[in-house]
Amino acid sequence: MTRIAAGAQSAPVAASAVSRQFLTFVLGGEMYAVGILRIKEIIEFGALTAVPMMPSFIRGVINLRGAVVPVVDLTARFGGGPTKIGRRTCIVIIEIEADGESQVVGILVDAVNEVLDIADSDIEPAPSFGTRIRPDFVAGMGKVAGSFVILLDVSRVLAVDEMASVVASAEAAGAVDAADSAVIH
Amino acid sequence: MNEYEQAQQTFFEESRDMLRQIEDALLVLESDPHDDETLNALFRAAHTIKGSAGLFGFDRIGGFTHEVETVLDRLRAGAITLNGDLAAVLLLCGDHIGQLLVETAAAEERAETNAAGADLVARLQAWGPEGKPVAAATKPDTAQAAEAGGARPWHISVDFGPSVFRDGMDPLSFLRYLGTKGDVIGVTTRIGTLPDADQFDPETCHLGFDILLQGQCTKADLTSVFDFVKDDCTLRITPSDAERSRWLEILRTMPVQERRIGELLVSCGAITPDELVRALARQDREGTSRPIGEVLVAQRAVPEEVLQVAVSRQKEQRGEESRFIRVQADKLDSLITLVGELVIAGASANLLARQTTNARLLESTQVITDLVEEIRNGALQMRMVQIGETFNRFRRVVRDVSRELGKQIDLVISGADTELDKSVVEKIADPLMHLVRNAMDHGIEMPDVREAAGKSRGSVLRLNAFHDSGSIVIEVIDDGKGLDRNRILQKAWERGLIPPNTELPDEEVFNLIFMPGFSTAEKVTSLSGRGVGMDVVRRNIEALRGNVRLSSRPGEGTTVSIRLPLTLAIIDGFLVTVGPASYVVPLDMVVECIELPAGTPPGASYLNLRGEVLPFLRMREVFDVDAPPPAHENVVVVRNGAMRAGLVVDRLLGEFQTVIKPLGKLFRNLQGIGGSTILGTGEVALILDVQALIDSAARAAARRDGQPFRADPGETVTSQRGELITLGE
Repeated sequence: MTRIAAGAQSAPVAASAVSRQFLTFVLGGEMYAVGILRIKEIIEFGALTAVPMMPSFIRGVINLRGAVVPVVDLTARFGGGPTKIGRRTCIVIIEIEADGESQVVGILVDAVNEVLDIADSDIEPAPSFGTRIRPDFVAGMGKVAGSFVILLDVSRVLAVDEMASVVASAEAAGAVDAADSAVIH
Repeated sequence: MNEYEQAQQTFFEESRDMLRQIEDALLVLESDPHDDETLNALFRAAHTIKGSAGLFGFDRIGGFTHEVETVLDRLRAGAITLNGDLAAVLLLCGDHIGQLLVETAAAEERAETNAAGADLVARLQAWGPEGKPVAAATKPDTAQAAEAGGARPWHISVDFGPSVFRDGMDPLSFLRYLGTKGDVIGVTTRIGTLPDADQFDPETCHLGFDILLQGQCTKADLTSVFDFVKDDCTLRITPSDAERSRWLEILRTMPVQERRIGELLVSCGAITPDELVRALARQDREGTSRPIGEVLVAQRAVPEEVLQVAVSRQKEQRGEESRFIRVQADKLDSLITLVGELVIAGASANLLARQTTNARLLESTQVITDLVEEIRNGALQMRMVQIGETFNRFRRVVRDVSRELGKQIDLVISGADTELDKSVVEKIADPLMHLVRNAMDHGIEMPDVREAAGKSRGSVLRLNAFHDSGSIVIEVIDDGKGLDRNRILQKAWERGLIPPNTELPDEEVFNLIFMPGFSTAEKVTSLSGRGVGMDVVRRNIEALRGNVRLSSRPGEGTTVSIRLPLTLAIIDGFLVTVGPASYVVPLDMVVECIELPAGTPPGASYLNLRGEVLPFLRMREVFDVDAPPPAHENVVVVRNGAMRAGLVVDRLLGEFQTVIKPLGKLFRNLQGIGGSTILGTGEVALILDVQALIDSAARAAARRDGQPFRADPGETVTSQRGELITLGE
């Protein structure tokens, strides 16, 4: 008994002290991962209400057991087109900190894969260019079975302040357009 | 937070309540110094703060409050009466205790506060006991500390046990020592137990004494005299009437909290701890369930009458406990959120049941829906508080300001028991403060002016509240000079708030003062009149989904009435669809609904509504909906201030009451959507912010036409989104 317990304790110590768990998912054919500590749950896509006058990367809001939760379309956030809804489309519910308050946001992904242990020694720093997405969105590159997985920096990707300010600037841009057209006419 | 810290927190909260009571009581007493009930309440409140502070070892609070209490005690005893000066000092003392509470809570101690405290104590001396300066620090919360002075008669009856002599004790030395505690007026020696001479044993004591003593001492003092023989004598100390009534007084005024009868009697000085221990031991020995009070009475340790009072105080306290419980507001919030979800889930079950056309299922879901509705009303009721407390806060303001301005203003409060949601109460205090100060500063005239106008010198400011068809109406009424219609109009023309030389009906003229940048005061005072006032008031009230109206008669006064929803958690909405989504229009904004006349050209932006021009917004265009419009579109006519506009939507689904959900920070810059709600189907529906929609449409139109924009003269170009304040945010 004691020996088993001791063995169970000592064996993984070396590895687990420096490895963390990540949820991997597919987005536009590419593999991404997010640390599982931030993930609250994963739900099937359904009953989303679009919010008008918002940038395309804010897909809408859902009713998560009585709470209204915004859903971010990551492909659009990364500069691509809107995510096509498929059979395996999921919403990953993530909790982020913004101004000391926690905020729950959903992200739209094509498919959820698995939870992986990635040792810290297997994580390379983010390259300054070469990824398809903004470098500051990347927390690092995880080596998994010989290929790389992009580890997302959720606090940057889902920065509430930044996303909210995009709304404001979109409005301002509209105003400029209107002003321009007034000049032309 | 551990239990101790929680208890401290409770102390701070309760003390703040007590301070408010003290302030209220002082203000009442100022007009009626002989209101005994209020005097007692005042004393009790101060005493409770002192006692509780002592419990936590907050000596700064306890010490200072003790000084205040000393004066209050003299007030209560009738030795001094409350005049304006004393009330002013006591009010300052209340403020000082408040400051001490703040500093103690933050675990700091400021030198200037101590200096202010010392100054106040010095000022209190004027009302302290004659010739004797108030002691700087005294032990709080003991009967001894509340000593009022003066010699009181005691009756002491002592029977020495038979072995006293053999134990080397001399009864006479006890009597002598007793003489140091007070004046022994008379001693009667009881010899009734003396045996016949042949059986007399000189080493056995048969003596008993009845002693009448007058002295400035407590029961505990007297008992301590007999400490050496306490196991070998029967001691009964009976108070005089005066002493008994003093115990009763202490019992009646001291904080009972959760103390037991024995403790109560000990702390009022009626019994000594020793007597209690003995009574408890006896209770134990007898193995009966006789209440400790009865045992004490049987021992003749305490007069029956005193016990009765203690018992009734204890009952009263227990009664209070069962009538009120303190609940953290966020617990209540989360309960209400849950109930809101229950309403939504119930509606969805109901919907499904209707689809099955199973009559019995339908019936049972209907019963559930009804019950849920009741639960929701009950839960919301729990958040309801009376507005009286908010109103009472203005007593002090009115008193201070009227002194400062040299006006004689009486505050009359009515409808104080009108209830409304706690979150509304909290947010209405500031706007109300502004209106009250405004009325005092600008509305009410100086006494001389009033007299010259044939009015009484003293003026009356009224705060009134009542329920009216699902809303609460709060009124601030003054009997001052009223608004000067022409001056307002003049000013509005000057400032370009309305086109020059336009005439408006009276009411609309008066309501011009709620516009930004409008102030008619020629003299800027510290109170109001910086021209930032009334528009902020209006915006704050509108943010609560309320509105404010003003009416005035020259020379007779002004009435400001604020109409507010009873709760912010629920909104009466009108459900419409635009494209695939449902939207809620706040019902109080909706005037009527019409069908969009067939043949309205696609580019048109107004229609003819019974001869009036009604500008409208096509929501499909605003929201960028691609799907083709239905054959018949509808127009919801909404009202925004004095302006009307139409919202063109696809379908009208009718009225419905709903729980508001916040949309979160991500959407804070989104104009035109004020919040969200969940429909019976579980889908989210967005709540339209009609005012923002119309404003931004008007701005866009102004930009297009290259003209400066002024949608509604009441709004600045950078109008803020009328945010819906919601629960759970």
